Amino acid sequence: MPRFPYDERDLAKFREVQQLAYHCAEQVAAWIEPGVTERQATAELRRCLVRAGVQDFFHVPFAWFGDRTAFRHFHTPLQFFAGSRVLAEGMPYVLDCAPVVDGYTADIGYGGKVGDNPVWDLLAKDLRTYRDLILREVRARKPLAEVYAAVDAQLAVHGYDNRHQVYPGRVIGHQVTRNTARGPAGVNLFGFGVRTLQTLGRELVKERLEGRSPLWAGGRASRHAPTPGLWAVEPHIGFRDVGIKFEELLVVTDEDAYWLDDDLPHVRRWDLQEATA
Amino acid sequence: MTGRSNGTHGTDAPRRRTVDSGGLALAVYEQGDPARPTVLLVHGYPDDHSVWDDVAADLAADHHVVRYDTRGSGASGVPATREDYRLELLGQDLYAVADAVSPDRPVHVVAHDWGSVQAWEAVTAPGSYRRIASYTTMSGPCLDHMGHWIRHRLRRPTPRHLAQLLRQGAHSWYIALFQLPVLAPAAWKLGLARLWPRVLRDLEAVRPRPGHPQATLARDAVHGIELYRANMRPRVRAPRERHTEVPVQLITLQRDHYVADFLSEGLERWAPRLTRRTLDATHWSALLEKGTTVAAMVREFTARDHGAVRREPSAAGELAVVTGGGSGIGRATALAFADRGTRVVVCDRDLPAAQRTAELCELSGVKAAAYRVDVSDGAAVDAFAQQVAADHGVPDVVVNNAGIGHSGTFLQTTEEEWRRVLDVNLWGVIHGCRAFGQLMVERGTGGHIVNLASAAAYLPAKQLAAYATSKSAVFMLSDCLRAELAPHRIGVSTICPGIVHTNITRTTTFSGLDEAALAAKQAKVSKLYARRGFPPEKVAAEILRAVRTRKPVVPVTFEAKAARLLGRLSPALLRKAARINAG
Ligand SMILES: NC(=O)c1ccc[n+]([C@@H]2O[C@H](COP(=O)([O-])OP(=O)(O)OC[C@H]3O[C@@H](n4cnc5c(N)ncnc54)[C@H](O)[C@@H]3O)[C@@H](O)[C@H]2O)c1
Repeated sequence: MPRFPYDERDLAKFREVQQLAYHCAEQVAAWIEPGVTERQATAELRRCLVRAGVQDFFHVPFAWFGDRTAFRHFHTPLQFFAGSRVLAEGMPYVLDCAPVVDGYTADIGYGGKVGDNPVWDLLAKDLRTYRDLILREVRARKPLAEVYAAVDAQLAVHGYDNRHQVYPGRVIGHQVTRNTARGPAGVNLFGFGVRTLQTLGRELVKERLEGRSPLWAGGRASRHAPTPGLWAVEPHIGFRDVGIKFEELLVVTDEDAYWLDDDLPHVRRWDLQEATA
Repeated sequence: MTGRSNGTHGTDAPRRRTVDSGGLALAVYEQGDPARPTVLLVHGYPDDHSVWDDVAADLAADHHVVRYDTRGSGASGVPATREDYRLELLGQDLYAVADAVSPDRPVHVVAHDWGSVQAWEAVTAPGSYRRIASYTTMSGPCLDHMGHWIRHRLRRPTPRHLAQLLRQGAHSWYIALFQLPVLAPAAWKLGLARLWPRVLRDLEAVRPRPGHPQATLARDAVHGIELYRANMRPRVRAPRERHTEVPVQLITLQRDHYVADFLSEGLERWAPRLTRRTLDATHWSALLEKGTTVAAMVREFTARDHGAVRREPSAAGELAVVTGGGSGIGRATALAFADRGTRVVVCDRDLPAAQRTAELCELSGVKAAAYRVDVSDGAAVDAFAQQVAADHGVPDVVVNNAGIGHSGTFLQTTEEEWRRVLDVNLWGVIHGCRAFGQLMVERGTGGHIVNLASAAAYLPAKQLAAYATSKSAVFMLSDCLRAELAPHRIGVSTICPGIVHTNITRTTTFSGLDEAALAAKQAKVSKLYARRGFPPEKVAAEILRAVRTRKPVVPVTFEAKAARLLGRLSPALLRKAARINAG
C-alpha cells in the first residue's frame, strides 16, 4: 500500500475547494426556480465557479431535474449531460460539479427540491445512514467491494435502489489526486477535463499494476482495502422517480479515515433536523 | 333505515327549482343542508330523478343532494331535434346544474346508465377537476372509451377479445333495436311502459313500489331513444381521446344484463385515479333495492380528501392486506397497491421491515399499518384478522405472500425441516384464507384473495421436495377455494413466479449443510438470482393485474410460463427433468 501522500496544507487546500464548490451549489440552489432548464442551471453553476476563481474542471458541471435525478430511462452516457428538462413545482434536482484550483480537486453533489416532495424528504433524511455506514466500514478497513455490498444491503432494507450503478463503471466513488498534468486547462473531452483524463489514465495504469483500482465499484477490481489518499464518494439513492446523492471527499490515512469536512449543507441539515426533532 | 324509504326522508322533502341550460329548462330537486358537500345524481334511461329516491334520502343526512331530470325526461324541457341530444349539450347540462346549486365548490357526481354516459362527457372535459370533485359511475361507460375498447379488440382479435366483443354485443341488442325508426317508440307506446314494473320484477329483481316507475315513463322512454340515435354511432365510430384527472369510483354491478364488466378493462388509461368496487346487484336493483349500500359507497368516496390525495394519508378507500410484506415480492406488492391509492396493511415476522414498508406506502398518500405476525401460528393470524377488521375494516384484497425457501431431497429433508416449510408455506396460507375469507364472506361485498405459490408447484425437482410440495398444495387449495368463494364474488388468484431477485435466497435453508457451507451456498444461489435479475416489482404488477381481471392462475417470468406449457405438452419430460440436480 502506498503511504498517505498529503500534508495538512494540502488537506486545507482540498477543503477550501470543496467549500467553494458547495458554496456555489448553494447559490445556484437559491437562484433556481420553476421554469429553469438543466442547461441554464449548469451555466449558472459554471459562471459562479469561474467567478470564484476556478480555472479548470475535473468534469463539466451537471444538473438533473425530476425523474432524471434517479437516472430513470438512462440508456447512454450522453443522457448525463444537462438537457432541456424544465424544473417544475415539486421536482427534485441534483447539482454536481468538480472544480480544480491549483491542481486541488473537489467533486461534489448537492440534492434539492422546489416546493413539496415527501419522497425527497424521506430520502434526504435517510441519506445520513449511508454517510455513517461508509465511514464505519472504511474505518474497519473492509475491502471496497464489501463496503459497496454493505451499501446495497442497506438500500434493500430501506427499500431504495442503487442509482450509482448507473454511473459509468457502476462506481460509488473514485480516487482524487492532486492534478499535476499539463494539458490545456478548461478544455474537456466527453465531459471530462483533458487534465483529468491524463491524470486518471495514469492512475488507472499505475493502480492496475498494483492490483488496485482508483475506481470504487462492486466488482473484482475493488476487492482491496481502501487505498490511502482521497476518495470522492457519491452514494446515489433513489425511490421511484426521485433520486438524491451527496458527494464529498473521504480522507483515508494509513490507519484511519474521516470525512474531509463536516461543515457541509447536508450535514448541517441533518444536525438541524435532529436538534429540532 | 331500510332499503325502502319513502323518498323524502323525514321532513326533508326535495326543493324544486328550474335551471336554464342553453335555453332548455331543467327540473332540479335539492335535499339536505346546502352547506354540506354537494352530490349530484344523474339518472339513466328510461328513468327520471325518482330512480334515486333511496340513495338521495340516505345521502341527504350529511350531504347537499341534488338531482335533475335530464333533457327530454320527467319535468325537464324536451329538445326539438335529435341534434339537441348530443353529448356535448348533455355534458353542458350537468355543468349548468352544478354551477347553479354549488357555484363556489366542486360537486361530487354520481351517475347510472345513460346518466353515467353523460357524466363521463362532463368528467372528461378539460379542466373538469375544477368543478367536479369526484365521480362515481355505474353501468354507463364513456362512449369514446368504448369506441377505443372495440377498436383495440378488432385490431387484436385474440379468442378472448372476440369473445368479449360477442358478449358485449349480445348485451347490447336493444341499442340496435333503438336504431330502428318506428318499432322502438311504438313498443313503448303500445304497452312496454305498462309492463315495465313486471320487467323490473322478473328480470331485475326489483320489487314493485308506489311512485315508480314515474308517470311520464312512456313519454320519457320514447324521447330518450334519441340519446342513442344522436350519439352511439358517431362516438363509437370516431372515438375521441378523453382523459380525466378527476378521481373516479367505478361500481361494477355483478348481475348487470346490459353492461359487461370487462368493458372497463384498461379504464386506468383514461382515468388514472380509479377505484374499482363491485356490488352484487342487477342494473336496476342497485338503485331500487340496494340504495343504502350505494349511498354508503358514495359517502365513503366523497369523504376521501381527494384534493390532498398525494399529501395527507387517507383513512378511507380500498384496503389490501399483504403477509410477509417486509421484503421482496410482498413489499413490492404493498407499494404497488399504495401507489394506486389503496390503503395497505402489511404483516411480517420482522416488524421493523414491515414498518418500513408501511412508511414507504404512506409516501403515496395512503394510510398504511404494520403488524408483527408469524403466519404459521393460526391463533395469531385469527387475532390479526380481527385486529385489522377493527382498526381498518374488512380488506378488499388479501395477499398471502409470506413464505420461506428450503432446498433438499426428500430423504435428506428432516422431519423438522418438513414441518417448518409446511407450517409457513402451506399453513400460513390456510390460516390467512380462513381468517380473512370468513370476514369477506360475512361482509358480503366480494373481494379477492391472492396466494403466492411458485413455478415449483407444477415443476417437480428432486432438490425442492418440501418446498415444491408446499407450493403445489397452495395451488390446489386455491383451486378448491376459488370454487367455494365464487358465489360470494370473492376471487382467488394463484401466482406462480419463477426466479425472482429478492431476499429469499439469503434465508433459504439447505438440508445437510453446516453453517459455513450454508452461507456459501446462499451466496452462490443469491448471485444466480441476481444475475437472472427479474425484479419483484414486476411480480407485483402481475398481482395487481390478477386482482383487476380476476385471473385464476398467473405464472410469472419466462421460465414459469415455459414450465407450465411444457408440463401440459409432456408431463413425462418434466418428470425426467426433476432428476437433474438443480439445488
Ligand atoms: N423469489 C422467488 O424467486 C420466488 C419464486 C416463487 C415463489 N416465491 C414466493 O413468493 C413469496 C415471497 O417471497 P420473496 O421472494 O419475496 O421472499 P423474501 O424472503 O424477500 O420475503 C419474504 C417475507 O416473508 C416474511 N416471512 C417469512 N416467514 C414468515 C412467517 N412465518 N410469518 C410472517 N412473515 C414471514 C419474511 O420475513 C420476509 O419479509 C414466498 O411465498 C415465496 O415462496 C418466490
